[in-house]
Amino acid sequence: MSTDEILSFDEAMEKYDPVLGFEVHVELNTKTKMFSSAPNVFGDEPNTNVNEVDLGMPGVLPVVNKTAIESSIKIGLALNCTIAESCRFARKNYFYPDTPKNFQTSQYDEPIAYDGYLDIELEDGTVFRVEIERAHMEEDAGKLTHMGGATGRIQGADFSLVDYNRAGVPLVEIVTKPIEGAGSRAPELAKAYVAAIREIVKNLGVSDAKMERGNVRCDANVSLRPHGRERFGIRSETKNVNSLRAVEHAVRYEIQRHAAVLSSGNPVVQETRHWHEDTRTTTSGRPKSDADDYRYFPEPDLVPVVASREWVEELRATLPEPPAERRKRLKADWGYSDLEFRDVVNAGVLDEIEETIAAGASASVARKWWMGEIVGRAKAADVDPGQLGVQAATVVELSRMVEAGKINNKMASQVLDGVLAGEGTPEEIVEKRGLAVVSDDGPLLEAIDAALAAQPDVADKIRAGKVQAIGAIVGGVMKATRGQADAGRVKELILEKLGVTA
Amino acid sequence: MTEQNPTGISAETLIRLSAAQLAEKLAAGEVTAVQATQAYLDRIAAVDGQVNAFLHVNAEEALAVAAEVDAIRAAGGAEAEALHYLAGVPIAVKDLIVTIGQPTTAGSKILEGWHSPYDATVVERLRAAKMPILGKTNLDEFAMGSSTEHSAYGPTRNPWDLDRIPGGSGGGSAAAVAAFEAPLALGTDTGGSIRQPGAVTGTVGVKPTYGSVSRYGAIAMASSLDQIGPVTRTVLDSALLHQVIGGHDPRDSTSLPEPLADLVAAAKTGNVEGLRIGIIKELHGEGYQAGVENRFNDALELLKEAGAEIVEVSCPNFQYALGAYYLIMPSEASSNLAKFDGVRYGLRVLPEDGPMTIERVMGATRAAGFGDEVKRRIILGTYALSAGYYDAYYGSAQKVRTLVQRDFEAAFAQADVLISPTAPTTAFPLGEKLDDPLAMYLNDVATIPANLAGVPGLSLPGGLADEDGLPVGIQLLAPAREDARLYRVGAVLESLLEAKWGGPLLAQAPALGAVSLETQEAK
Amino acid sequence: MAAINRDDVAHLARLAHIEMSADELDRMAGELAVIVDSVKSVSEAAGDDVPATSHPIPLANVFRDDVVGHTFTAEQALSGAPDSDDNRFKVPAILDEA
Repeated sequence: MSTDEILSFDEAMEKYDPVLGFEVHVELNTKTKMFSSAPNVFGDEPNTNVNEVDLGMPGVLPVVNKTAIESSIKIGLALNCTIAESCRFARKNYFYPDTPKNFQTSQYDEPIAYDGYLDIELEDGTVFRVEIERAHMEEDAGKLTHMGGATGRIQGADFSLVDYNRAGVPLVEIVTKPIEGAGSRAPELAKAYVAAIREIVKNLGVSDAKMERGNVRCDANVSLRPHGRERFGIRSETKNVNSLRAVEHAVRYEIQRHAAVLSSGNPVVQETRHWHEDTRTTTSGRPKSDADDYRYFPEPDLVPVVASREWVEELRATLPEPPAERRKRLKADWGYSDLEFRDVVNAGVLDEIEETIAAGASASVARKWWMGEIVGRAKAADVDPGQLGVQAATVVELSRMVEAGKINNKMASQVLDGVLAGEGTPEEIVEKRGLAVVSDDGPLLEAIDAALAAQPDVADKIRAGKVQAIGAIVGGVMKATRGQADAGRVKELILEKLGVTA
Repeated sequence: MTEQNPTGISAETLIRLSAAQLAEKLAAGEVTAVQATQAYLDRIAAVDGQVNAFLHVNAEEALAVAAEVDAIRAAGGAEAEALHYLAGVPIAVKDLIVTIGQPTTAGSKILEGWHSPYDATVVERLRAAKMPILGKTNLDEFAMGSSTEHSAYGPTRNPWDLDRIPGGSGGGSAAAVAAFEAPLALGTDTGGSIRQPGAVTGTVGVKPTYGSVSRYGAIAMASSLDQIGPVTRTVLDSALLHQVIGGHDPRDSTSLPEPLADLVAAAKTGNVEGLRIGIIKELHGEGYQAGVENRFNDALELLKEAGAEIVEVSCPNFQYALGAYYLIMPSEASSNLAKFDGVRYGLRVLPEDGPMTIERVMGATRAAGFGDEVKRRIILGTYALSAGYYDAYYGSAQKVRTLVQRDFEAAFAQADVLISPTAPTTAFPLGEKLDDPLAMYLNDVATIPANLAGVPGLSLPGGLADEDGLPVGIQLLAPAREDARLYRVGAVLESLLEAKWGGPLLAQAPALGAVSLETQEAK
Repeated sequence: MAAINRDDVAHLARLAHIEMSADELDRMAGELAVIVDSVKSVSEAAGDDVPATSHPIPLANVFRDDVVGHTFTAEQALSGAPDSDDNRFKVPAILDEA
């Protein structure tokens, strides 16, 4: 794989103005597929969540899932779109082995929702409006696994295996208008935009919205133009950028790559690019060609969807609180300061904290755990905090153990590492690692005796009433017990031993 | 092998009964379903070597279903009472319609040996009515043709003259019914594939209103034109069969929601008095064989005598119908047939040389698996949909569709039913038009407008052409959802014609060669 | 409208994934030219004010409730497959890297 030249981001920004565009695919969490009654379930045995329709058998016909239509309308409404009075499905014709009919049933010139916008709040509180061109319905393709070859990638594979379980899963594709004026904040905006879409569809309950499972997938378009020029440059489309951090990185990388191409006097090639998480680079996919003649035409096996205004209003009435308003409410409920709350939002752990509180933790404890312990670990592991796999119940269990004096904070942090390493539940790990706070007085008294003997002058000071000097003795005991002692109890025992009342 | 049954009905007589007559005799216990089914299987064994109507004969299952019907009848009681009127009446199914337990080929090499894991809705309904399925009938590959010569499994021959075509694409179903190899058959009609074979074999064929019969399980050629329908020897039989297979199906989004009208009652109405019957000016005269024109005029005369009012209507946009059809049909077909790629089912052919990529395997599979006519239509459809041509071709054709619909609306304002010859000529010799696609396409000039507009059409025998003694078809057309009118007028015209001929037209068909049943019985 | 030529047919055959020999391309181009010529009147038949009809009988809002129906076993799904492996359909390499 060749490595492309890149300019530094700052240099790129000095010379050029980026224009972005996004196509975000959202998998709906309906019980069945878009056009067949086979289950829409992730992760089952290959080719078992299929019937004759999903396999594109001869003679089959599609029938539209009503819930998928309603979910699509809800997404349109949440994106402030106009809902089409009448719209149709179309066939997008192309041959690919993951596409059972060798056409994808999609929408072409008649999307169900169009002309919307979304206000995106950046980290410093700046609000940036992204215009939505359209949101349309389509079906997902099957899953190809490339076999043979060294990398498991399509390049160098000897053959591929196809599982059609995902074929026909309902998708809504959300397409922005060209986003201008983001400047150097383009990568940040990219991440914030995708995060906002994910948040909206999750909040609507229409998608599981798990990027790691491909429930939300982003294709990012990037082009550059010299400052002051109105005409757009030639764009690249980076496919399947499937985490928030990757969206930010991919946009940043493409800006740097385009800038290098342009400043060397060459034209950017209009092509798809593939994102590689390991190297944080993109590689060339395939250029646009005449093979991209998709021969769209209205799907003759389906009839138009007519969304009466009554129906649309009924659906609008069911929409949950929008995320921005929800944030306002949560901030008040939790009593966080502006700074604390913004940090939580920027760290992307709002949902996690809400879940943790719902599971029984206090607002401050939940924040302490997520911001103090988990976010740092996620950064170190280079994943989004939600992807680390920490359950709300785990946090609650850990915090309860600390409050009950069973373990201290330092131990709790070790237990969390154990949980992440897959060693078991917090309780099991405490047991296995022998991490319980030492509360049996016997070993403590021995350690206290030793500490007092080692520092007789301090012992005398305490006896003389200078109780504040006790820290040195406590420290000695804690050191001797490798931190496993309950400091409060140690203090009590020392005073008792020396016959001093605190 | 054709022993007489106890009540004395010979197999030769049995196979010549209409489905309704057979149903009556089954109900009366004069004959068993097994006897009837066996008689047809024997007939197939005797004559299909010459006709080649069947691609697959389903003897074992058909006899098992027949035996089940006989057992239920013998046991009596509620279950016997509940038996469908056509229970035990055998039927043949066009091999474009998928069936569990039998191969489905669509007449194509690309599906050779493929067994469907599901039944078409119409097949489910035949099974529910306990009608024994005799087998699968031959057709032009993927129903693309008007002569059944485009079948990958050899042409079907016309029982009236084995050197002539039986029409197409449903030549197998029509020939099977005409040769007394089945009392009933299912066909599919995209541009005339039920009606034109009916016309040239002296049988009855009906293309129902689009959406009247579920398309689920009929391998799609052109989704917005395809319709399954009955192929029979009498108008009443078609009504009976239409009633079995028709009605709403939630698996077909284009299926009409309302229940079927009582088509059998319509076929038994018995009069046409005061009905206005419209001659379509553009669908007879120039380009139509003289004998066809004569029989058409005879039919008009009879209807007039029976009290119908004959009016002339004009449908000026029908001149564009054939062109629009040959843009819409291949466009939809090019997309519908994309699924045949050697990945999930059917044939896979590896390229002889060069890189062994999936793309090349698909290309080699489709090159080897599809015949010339299918390739022609796929390429034509790909062209009509491609960037830069869509508006001029596909888009314009869809507008012509609107114009054709408007013509029908205007015509049906003046007439209750429209009438025309079904096809411009009688059956032509095998091979005559095989190398001239355009001449072949012209066979469908009178049948295509109904598909474009979704209106129902029925073809019934109108007699024999003077010059060649071959069957001529009369086509009746009614407004959408008014299929009942076809059965009413068709049944009346049929009885007037049969009175004139002194019996069914098929009684005049030549016996089939030395292996016919009569010859065997004489032995 | 432009006439259809051999290069057009070659391009269309690629789009349609049908390999064609040089002879076949020549023959197909000839046949299609005749057919295309015969249907060209269609593009002049209707004015701009005529709407397109894509469904002969207009229906709208035909939906299915979101209720799970039957599924195949992997064995059933793969029963007609030309090649399979590990309960999945097996296809040759997608890219040509030879």
